[in-house]
Amino acid sequence: MAKELDELIRQTGEWLRGVGPVSDIVMSSRVRLARNLEKLPFATRATKATQAEVLRLVKEGILQTAEIKKPMIFEMSELDEVDRQFLVERHLISREHATRTDHRAVAIGQGEVVSIMVNEEDHLRIQVMQSGLTLREAWTIIDQLDDELSKALPYAYSTDWGYLTCCLTNTGTGMRASVMVHLPALVITKQINKVLHAITKLGLTARGLYGEGTEASGNFFQISNQVALGRTEDELIETIERILKQVIGHEQTAREGLVSNNKLQLEDRIWRAYGILRHAQTITSGETLDLLSALRLGVDLGLVSTNGAAEKGIDRAVVNELLIFSQPAHLQKLEGSKLSSSERDTKRATLIRRRLGGQS
Amino acid sequence: MVCDACKQQQATVHLTEIVNDQMTELHLCEACANQKGAQVESHFGLSDLLAGLADFGKTEQAEEQEEGAPSKTCLQCGMTYEDFRKVGRLGCSDCYTTFKRSLGSLLKRIHGSPHHLGKAPMQLMKSPRAKPELLELKRQLEGAIDKEEFERAANLRDQIRELEHQEQRQKNKKP
Repeated sequence: MAKELDELIRQTGEWLRGVGPVSDIVMSSRVRLARNLEKLPFATRATKATQAEVLRLVKEGILQTAEIKKPMIFEMSELDEVDRQFLVERHLISREHATRTDHRAVAIGQGEVVSIMVNEEDHLRIQVMQSGLTLREAWTIIDQLDDELSKALPYAYSTDWGYLTCCLTNTGTGMRASVMVHLPALVITKQINKVLHAITKLGLTARGLYGEGTEASGNFFQISNQVALGRTEDELIETIERILKQVIGHEQTAREGLVSNNKLQLEDRIWRAYGILRHAQTITSGETLDLLSALRLGVDLGLVSTNGAAEKGIDRAVVNELLIFSQPAHLQKLEGSKLSSSERDTKRATLIRRRLGGQS
Repeated sequence: MVCDACKQQQATVHLTEIVNDQMTELHLCEACANQKGAQVESHFGLSDLLAGLADFGKTEQAEEQEEGAPSKTCLQCGMTYEDFRKVGRLGCSDCYTTFKRSLGSLLKRIHGSPHHLGKAPMQLMKSPRAKPELLELKRQLEGAIDKEEFERAANLRDQIRELEHQEQRQKNKKP
């Protein structure tokens, strides 16, 4: 089993490819559905025997489903802490799911587009994640997958209230649709709080992807729906798309403003980031995030030339890959052993230097 | 922005609550937010269901008790309303029936509506997808109930039933 997990380190998920609509601003789109099996207690009241039964049923159900091809299935109890953290960093399981091992599992489809957590807060947490602004496509995939699964697994459902979930905030569609956006220009021009505030006023949730609360590190934010009941899934997605379009517009305007009014300072910031990344001998994950964010902006604006000899081959996918592979569990998986925090900083710097064609 | 409570410190805690398009905002400094902690959380509890339950849970529980004694504990999983208030999570799908009344109003407060309009599992699907006109009627019905226009609501309800029966008949015709 662990061998299969090691295969993941040699590949990158579909959502990291850096392609798809508006992928200069929208990194990825994700839709997740919360589902429970009828007649079986939720996680709050489930005994070990119930959890084992849920796992058995869901595994069977998944294997009967043609929509998820050749899934890798990992039980948390088979994985050590680094392996579990590795799955969190890859966005395949939640932080919460990694904390406990009792009959918890994850099934991962090809290309890491589909993943299904078993025995998290709900019996099933199905997710589909893709590159760029592709919420609709993600919804189409997950809708079909969910239909297929519902043939094999009797879901807890009521005609009045929809899918019955452990927490009332998910009751109804059980859906959370979210997009990961990179908004460096709004942060530089200090408009980000205004924009995030407006987003929350409109019934969506916005939070920093890394770091606590809205104090996002690396200028990455996640925007998702707050309401799950009283609207159709299509309507919920439409609302996010509509509001997101405005956010994207603001970011684009801010980027254009920076290029026309502060080009020198902007280029200086980006090239300095690039310089440090290519030459640093030791670097923390926080600094890495900030610098990679600046480099990504450089790539997106075409300021970092990808034609020059040294910069050849630096594109969004490389930056995305480094964002994930420079994280603690990935570094340790690459090394094949546990690393202390300072060892990781050295290892991280080496990895980035090599990837960006700096001195090795 | 200055704190709404002390009017002196910079406000760093911002709370927004939206229920049925009605928005309330509160901006507090850290000290006032801590001081008012309990009060604030109970008023603006929807981001965190736990906190929300602490406040209006009492009246909900009273409602639940009025309904008759046996319904207070979920027969399927043994969860009481008190347990639910403490953990903010339900024990099983039967809890939704056991605490129906309280949950209905909670769901309305959280989502702005207590009616599911989304998809259904394959086995229960009356038609491949609920028809748009049916959704629209359900939405109008909700609006009518909110505005206490009961005559209109009754009309809408009949139309919805008729549409659902039609779909059922169509479904039965298929092998």
